[in-house]
Amino acid sequence: MASTLKLSQLPVGARATIREFPGHGPAFLRLREMGVLPGTAITLMRTAPLGDPLEVRVRGYNLTLRKSEAEHVVVELAGGQ
Amino acid sequence: MHLSGARVMTEFVQKPAGPGRSPVYALVGNPNCGKSTLFNALTGLKQKVGNYPGVTVEKKIGTTYSQHGRPITVIDLPGTYSLAARSPDEAIVRDVLFGRRADIAQPDRIICIVDTTNLERNLYLVHQVLDLGRPVILVLNMMDLATNAGLDLRVARLEHELGIPVIPCEAVNSKGVLELRLAMSRADLPLPRHRWDIPAPIAPAVAELQASLVENDGKQPLIARAEALLLLTDQNPVRVAGSMPLSERTSAILAGWKKRWEGEGVDWSGTLVKSRYDAITRLCAEVVQRAASTGPGASDRIDSVVVHPLWGWLVLGAIMTVLFLSIFTLAEYPMNWIDAQVATLGAWVKGVMPPGDLRDLITDGAIAGVGGVVVFLPQILILFFFLGLLESTGYMARAAFIMDRLMSRVGLNGKSFIPLLSSYACAIPGIMATRTIEDTKDRLVTILVAPLMSCSARLPVYLLMIAALLPGDRVSVGAKVGLMLLMYALGTFGAFGFAWLFKKYLLKGEPPLMIMELPPYRLPRMKDVLFHMLERAGLFLRRAGTIILGISIVLWFLTAYPRHPGSATPQEQIAHSFAGTAGRVLEPVIKPLGFDWRIGIGLVTSFAAREVFVSSMAVVFSVDHFEGGKHADITPLRTALKAAIWPDGRPLFTPLVCLTLMIYYVFAMQCMSTVVVVKRETNSWRWPLFQTAYMTGTAWLVCFVVFQGGRTLGF
Ligand SMILES: Nc1nc2c(ncn2[C@@H]2O[C@H](COP(=O)(O)OP(=O)(O)OP(=O)(O)O)[C@@H](O)[C@H]2O)c(=O)[nH]1
Repeated sequence: MASTLKLSQLPVGARATIREFPGHGPAFLRLREMGVLPGTAITLMRTAPLGDPLEVRVRGYNLTLRKSEAEHVVVELAGGQ
Repeated sequence: MHLSGARVMTEFVQKPAGPGRSPVYALVGNPNCGKSTLFNALTGLKQKVGNYPGVTVEKKIGTTYSQHGRPITVIDLPGTYSLAARSPDEAIVRDVLFGRRADIAQPDRIICIVDTTNLERNLYLVHQVLDLGRPVILVLNMMDLATNAGLDLRVARLEHELGIPVIPCEAVNSKGVLELRLAMSRADLPLPRHRWDIPAPIAPAVAELQASLVENDGKQPLIARAEALLLLTDQNPVRVAGSMPLSERTSAILAGWKKRWEGEGVDWSGTLVKSRYDAITRLCAEVVQRAASTGPGASDRIDSVVVHPLWGWLVLGAIMTVLFLSIFTLAEYPMNWIDAQVATLGAWVKGVMPPGDLRDLITDGAIAGVGGVVVFLPQILILFFFLGLLESTGYMARAAFIMDRLMSRVGLNGKSFIPLLSSYACAIPGIMATRTIEDTKDRLVTILVAPLMSCSARLPVYLLMIAALLPGDRVSVGAKVGLMLLMYALGTFGAFGFAWLFKKYLLKGEPPLMIMELPPYRLPRMKDVLFHMLERAGLFLRRAGTIILGISIVLWFLTAYPRHPGSATPQEQIAHSFAGTAGRVLEPVIKPLGFDWRIGIGLVTSFAAREVFVSSMAVVFSVDHFEGGKHADITPLRTALKAAIWPDGRPLFTPLVCLTLMIYYVFAMQCMSTVVVVKRETNSWRWPLFQTAYMTGTAWLVCFVVFQGGRTLGF
């Protein structure tokens, strides 16, 4: 079983696959509609200078979200790490 | 207020009746996909910018011509990622497409524009739009960028899969626009072949909701289906229903299904969204021959500097410095020029018209009043230019990203940063720039506090008071600069303090989100930036113009009437005018702040614009030959102020009073243009009135504490 962790704990530059994604709340609905879904590959590009929000790359584009949202997303590190 | 579904088709349907009527197109797409560029390429200058009644969303309607020269109407809708709307802008897209708005007919046909470099996410909205069962044309924009990134797309295959015309396009170079126009001219656009299997557990609910929406809510079948799908995507049915609440029957059906699914552990919304994306992924697998390379692009390299923990701040600081330097230095020349022109015009009118009230009304009321606002136009234009530049390069999103953490301390998000920053120059562009903030409450809070940021119109007042406070050249420049900075700091802390208060108590809401796309950096096109700048400035002038003219005339009337008998000096006249009376009536209220009725006159008249205070003081204290404007020599005025005394002989402008007066101008809402713009942006008088009250109230309170405190301490 590969290692799972919270998206907020993903090291910068790491690639992962989303495993669990909350079903409720407007933030998560919008993220889903923007293509952030269980099974989607996600890369943590960087954090803002003050550590929050995060910038991730999904489906070929870059997106920001706050740590408080990223804490509820569980990801699995892509192999080879 | 709102008409029901069946009656909504008005404007366009009725105009050119008969079968030959040319169709109305709506243009929809994600933010930043090149929608405005395409709209401009299609319609040129033949567009009308207005507002959707009831909301502050821009309504753009243009005309393009078919192959045979027949006019075709195009409605440019705001950019959105989904029909499950969260902001007023997004709600407009949904409402127009669903034919819910009384002021605009349901468009006959839809042009979906997508950013081809970002196909999957862009197709999500297309997928929702196809549900509507209207003829759709798909425009694959940014083909140049997609090709450069190595994307190879089978367009014919995509056309076949969707059953609709698909047109590759480069809106910036007007490539593909001709083909699009040809497709738009077709009389027989095919209906989309939208094969999409709604997930099995949800399909019966969609069918039942659709039937109920048709039967109990009077919706057309296809719209009902799209609405049913939306009701199941968004968790908040009230938001989906918008201005047209669901019938009880439909609500009950929806609640019933949700309850059942909750028991069974079905994530209906997630399932729906996922099944759309699954369909899109399958479609892309069919049509994408070679995917775009997704290595770290040029944008990522730029970002590694621009949002770097150290360099990021330097870049931000440098950009802001350049912005403010250019506002204050570049704007000076045109401002002086406008000042001179206004003065010349006034003098000319004075020369050609016989003396009398009408002449004075025109020169001292209309020309001076409107001139006093127009003088800020250069600053406003430069600000809009920079805002456009920051927006179209993609830096705006980075600034929001960097500042989000700090802004979240007071409950706002990073998107409020640029509007607030712009307000240091002038609150008007700042307030107009809040349109990028999606959350209504965040936007309102930003608007409410923006005028507290010390704008450039306060400078003349600060300068005069500093000159009166620290007379002569003996005082170090440091003390003057220090005082000035103190005023800026007060305003800034005030703005953030009130933002925090408002978010906490007045406009409580869901904690703001910071879900934002960081678009790749692009070279801005000057033409677009300039166009945007002129559009904004024109909007301001048109919106504010008449009201400002009206208020100017009222303010003139207050100083010119009732007429002082005989040949009065301007000083005697203003003392006897309504403004003078107002000053005297105000005196008991402002005396605790150390102000007398003559300062009261200044407070009343400078409601037109803060810097009017200086020229009013010149009239009240009868400084002859006082030339208004930014570069007036204030030495005689300063001397006059120093000489001013209370009836009992105490000096009026003590250092403490000067300081208090400066503080008053930090907080008080002394700007009719801002009031008018806030009224336009919030669509009611409620918020600008509240804003004026809270700002002026705060000004009074703070001044009271400072003046009384200062006096007790013996100043
Ligand atoms: N390279 C390239 N750039 C394009 C193309 N179309 C538009 N752009 C650029 O993309 C940027 C965004 O275009 P806009 O027309 O402002 O996009 P929009 O969809 O109206 O954006 P919003 O106003 O945010 O909804 C601008 O800088 C355009 O110059 C294209 O076909 N190729």
